[in-house]
Amino acid sequence: MLQAVPISWFLTLSAVLFSLGVAGFLFRRNIITVFMSIELMLNAVNLSFVTFSYHHKEVAGHLFTFFVMVVAAAEAAVGLAIILTVFKNRATLNIDDVSSMKN
Amino acid sequence: MDVILFLIFAAIAVVCAINVVVQTHPISSALSLVGVMGSLAVLYLLLGAEFIAAAQVIVYAGAIMVLFVFVIMLLNAGAETRKGRSLMVQFLGVPLLIFFLGLAAYFVQRMFPDNTMVRFGGFTCAGMQTGESCGGAETVGRALFTTYLLPFEVTSVLILIAIIGAIVLARKELE
Repeated sequence: MLQAVPISWFLTLSAVLFSLGVAGFLFRRNIITVFMSIELMLNAVNLSFVTFSYHHKEVAGHLFTFFVMVVAAAEAAVGLAIILTVFKNRATLNIDDVSSMKN
Repeated sequence: MDVILFLIFAAIAVVCAINVVVQTHPISSALSLVGVMGSLAVLYLLLGAEFIAAAQVIVYAGAIMVLFVFVIMLLNAGAETRKGRSLMVQFLGVPLLIFFLGLAAYFVQRMFPDNTMVRFGGFTCAGMQTGESCGGAETVGRALFTTYLLPFEVTSVLILIAIIGAIVLARKELE
């Protein structure tokens, strides 16, 4: 029985979460769920930052995680406002229907 | 003990993340995402990042997810309808994703063969004695206001822009 957790387990978990975020981003059609998948990917990267911070015995990774959180909060505010505006103008949440930039 | 805790919360995180992707209703996805963020906060504690764990619960699981749930409620978003996907997505999507994941896991195993072991309370900074916590608010705050002062100040401008942008986008047309 292992007494402590190998660092690669944390990094593999981060990779799994990131892949699931990519899957959600690519496969889902609801604009809100796509946005949530982006948050999932950001969280996976945060876990990597904190893990590497532990590995290198440095506090810098925590700071990067902190800044990612701030950017995510700002992004969520603006992104959800954009979603509201899109819904107000087009009455749809399906990203396939919002394609006026195509062609 | 650490291994058991890690396995429990890693399993919760992965199951909730799968739930985020496969649920058709956005509110189920949002609640699963709260589960992912909560279990990640526990993993941050395991890694000795106390301040980040608290910030994760307050900022992510609190503020951001409330915003999401609020917008879902406001837009009265219903369940997503399944539409026909292209053949390439149906047959290649999941295998390619698993390939990408396997590649990432392979490189992680290759690059960290020495395997630094993670113990609860084992996170120490270079100039500190063992037993002293490095991930608390004091150390993080000291680094934030000395080494990373400029990014911190720039962040305030970013938040100001985000506030103005959100107000401009969400207000009613005046004319």
